[in-house]
Amino acid sequence: MPKKQTVRVKVNGVQREMEVEPRLLLVHFIREKLGLTGTHVGCDTSNCGACTVVLDGKTVKSCTVFAVQADGAELLTVEGLLRDGKLHPLQEGFKQEHGLQCGFCTPGMLMSTYALLEKNSQPTEQDIRWGISGNLCRCTGYQNIVKAVQYAAGKLAQGGPR
Amino acid sequence: MIIEKTSPEVGGMGHSIKRKEDSRFIQGKGNYVDDVRLPGMVYGYMVRSPYAHARLKSVNTEKARQLPGVLAIITGEDLAKAGLAWMPTLFFDKQMVLATGKVLFQSQEVAFVVAEDQYTAADAAELVEVEYEELPVLVDPHRATAPDAPILRDDRDEKSNHIFHWEVGDKSATEKAFQSAPVKASIHAISQRCHPAPLETCGCVADFNKATDKLTVYLTSQAPHAHRTLFALVGGIPEQNIRVVSPDIGGGFGNKVPIYPGYVCAVVASLTLGVPVKWIETRSENLQSTGFARDYHMTAEIAADQSGKVKALRVKTLADHGAFNAAAQPTKFPAGLFSVCTGSYDFPNAFVEVDGVYTNKAPGGIAYRCSFRITEAVYLIERAMDVLASQLKVDSAELRRRNFIQPKQFPYKTPLGWTYDSGNYEGALDKALEMVGYSQLRKEQEEKRKKGELMGIGISSFTEAVGAGPAHTFDIAGIKMFDSAEIRIHPTGKAICRMGTKSQGQGHETTYAQIVAQELGIPASDVVVEEGDTDTAPYGLGTYASRSTPTSGAATAIAARKIRDKAKKIAAHLLECSEADLDWETGKFFVKGAPSKAKTIQEIAFAAYTNIPAGLEAGLEAVDYYDPPNLTFPFGTYVCVVDIDKGTGEVKVRRFVAVDDCGNVINPMIVEGQIHGGLTEGFAIAFMQLIDYDENGNVQGGSFMDYLIPTAVETPHWETGSTCTPSPHHPFGAKGVGESPNVGSPAAFVNAVVDALSHLGVKHIDMPITPWKVWNALKEKGVVS
Repeated sequence: MPKKQTVRVKVNGVQREMEVEPRLLLVHFIREKLGLTGTHVGCDTSNCGACTVVLDGKTVKSCTVFAVQADGAELLTVEGLLRDGKLHPLQEGFKQEHGLQCGFCTPGMLMSTYALLEKNSQPTEQDIRWGISGNLCRCTGYQNIVKAVQYAAGKLAQGGPR
Repeated sequence: MIIEKTSPEVGGMGHSIKRKEDSRFIQGKGNYVDDVRLPGMVYGYMVRSPYAHARLKSVNTEKARQLPGVLAIITGEDLAKAGLAWMPTLFFDKQMVLATGKVLFQSQEVAFVVAEDQYTAADAAELVEVEYEELPVLVDPHRATAPDAPILRDDRDEKSNHIFHWEVGDKSATEKAFQSAPVKASIHAISQRCHPAPLETCGCVADFNKATDKLTVYLTSQAPHAHRTLFALVGGIPEQNIRVVSPDIGGGFGNKVPIYPGYVCAVVASLTLGVPVKWIETRSENLQSTGFARDYHMTAEIAADQSGKVKALRVKTLADHGAFNAAAQPTKFPAGLFSVCTGSYDFPNAFVEVDGVYTNKAPGGIAYRCSFRITEAVYLIERAMDVLASQLKVDSAELRRRNFIQPKQFPYKTPLGWTYDSGNYEGALDKALEMVGYSQLRKEQEEKRKKGELMGIGISSFTEAVGAGPAHTFDIAGIKMFDSAEIRIHPTGKAICRMGTKSQGQGHETTYAQIVAQELGIPASDVVVEEGDTDTAPYGLGTYASRSTPTSGAATAIAARKIRDKAKKIAAHLLECSEADLDWETGKFFVKGAPSKAKTIQEIAFAAYTNIPAGLEAGLEAVDYYDPPNLTFPFGTYVCVVDIDKGTGEVKVRRFVAVDDCGNVINPMIVEGQIHGGLTEGFAIAFMQLIDYDENGNVQGGSFMDYLIPTAVETPHWETGSTCTPSPHHPFGAKGVGESPNVGSPAAFVNAVVDALSHLGVKHIDMPITPWKVWNALKEKGVVS
């Protein structure tokens, strides 16, 4: 078995350091080693996006990244969206616009749309649909997810938290 | 039945209150089965067959056992010694837990490896050496009963691949009607094999505590109580020592109704090792081995007169059940509720036959977001009506209108034995046609055809049958299909409600609270709803077949009314009057003619624990086990408008209008969300989803790489509308709704595509309608070369 390697990552603002097998997937690092189970696994082919996290400002499917590749990086997971006990406008939007049902895809959707709004603060419906095209949802038919993102964009434009 | 609306603060029925469950999900604090971690927990991994049909010559586990971290490897032979190599399916058959003798489908379970972590378990599974001897493979269900077909199930006394023949209706009257009918229309349509594929796969954590003899199973279960009883009956574990916990479930759609071999193996491993064992299947395992849906190969013939008035329906269907008949449906119905296939139309005569066969494919026949084969039935009749309309050159909306069961005919007895509770089919059709602008669209289509452009309009005026029981007709593995609710009112007037159903995203924590709010006037925000823990919830059959509102929803109302009856006695005591002097309005009893003399439900609740009238038991709680007198029959009309690209065969859904009637609505926001989701799954079935097999029984469509799920980009924009025809027998006039859009929509999509091509002579295209199929149809008709 190959030697374990050290991974240092800043996760949701907190510095973490751990010895891991080089083959350990980032999603398992997040879920099993860090105990952050908001990030989900929905497939084994990088199609579903339930494991989407933000790595150094860009979304990645954490089932397709090794933990060791994240060494030195900053990682944002769904657990990091809450700041000072307040919901991010996206989280609020998903609830207000009924953008979730079973909730399994929701963390991945939140992270993808978080990154989308960072790049494009006033996305069109098409921008949003393309922005979440790497995230599958089996419950909502996406229409209310689009509305949830529009809600958040509107809220942020009025001078929300970020 | 008109529901008086409460104030928004109370949040009773009809209010689109925001979902209580969302707060944890949007913060990543849901608790799904894979999130369960227990001290000392170890991991299971399944070794599966690469062959569809092969003799199992040997299973060598030596190398795997030597891998550090491996704790146990269970084979079929090991299970056979404990009498557990086979388990009963939900439909009078049995299924191998782990293979002995031979394997019957690709990805069948062969051995179960347990190790300290999931990576080691997967490594060890690679080291298990299995020797197979390939056998001839049976893939085509039409060849199952051919004389040269290999017999798959040598464990059965009957040496045949034929499972059952089922027929219903009046054969001779139907034949007679066909003999005398001037018009006959027929269609052969396949409702293709597909898979519900909820975003969370199936899995469990089995935790046997040797000190207490108690087995706790955290399970992706749509029916936790039924699963507990089945574990007790099959495993011989005393039922009081089994606790099934179904925590947050990441979508079910019927996939999480059956018991799968992985669950049994995890339980056996935990019983053996005395530590918690987690087994979570991968997506590929989910698609390749757990309950598939459909695979119905159907022919429908309609006899009619020249005006298009239908006289009889004759249906013949071949059902491919795979290697084991693991259909999840009531035991009196080998083809489920398929005989609802006369649909929304007044057929005087009908006759239906279904034959089930075995093939070398994954077992199942589960109800994918529908009541037991109703999607197949609705698809068939709605396609057949279009074929008849096209043949008679009558507008497809008009043909439906001529044949609808009329509102005054309800309760309506169908020729195949169902009694529809209520309906106004023309009302829903009219509304949908108006919303979509039907006559304009037909004009546009005419113009476009002149220019050689392809545009189609498809209609589906479906009737669903949901909410099983009644118990005298419906059961799962012998357990009757009632369902339950238990409400406890706390001294401070807040409440907890526990149910026999189990939400997988339907929003039960919100909607059941709204029923309590409606019935008792306790604000929905003061009512907690719990489901899924068999140690605390009253017994129930679970959530599928759109049955939660028709059964447990009804039980909630009845239990609340029992509480109100007791509350009235307490109020009379507090107000020093007789019960007969009291009237109820939302949230309080008051003295007739003196509305200021009143006691709120909160004051009454406090008195139930602090100032109990003489002769009355303390406390304020009730339980109800509700056995519905009939199914409920939601309905609607869907209209789909498509444009087809001649060059690529690509179908673009331009508009989709869905008018649903599910009677009285608890939460319009949640109902609309259910409609959006179901339409998207219907869209996926019509255009994308297929589990196919090559001639060697290799599964095609066994991962999300090739089992296609629509993304936000392909998914159309949905336009929804409603009419309201309450169920006359439900306590608050509701019908189930979660499945209507999935049941009703595939026919609308396919009808639209065929309508766009009908002037070219195209009569039918089987689902999923890929651009390749459309392009080939265009090529065949000489439109493209």
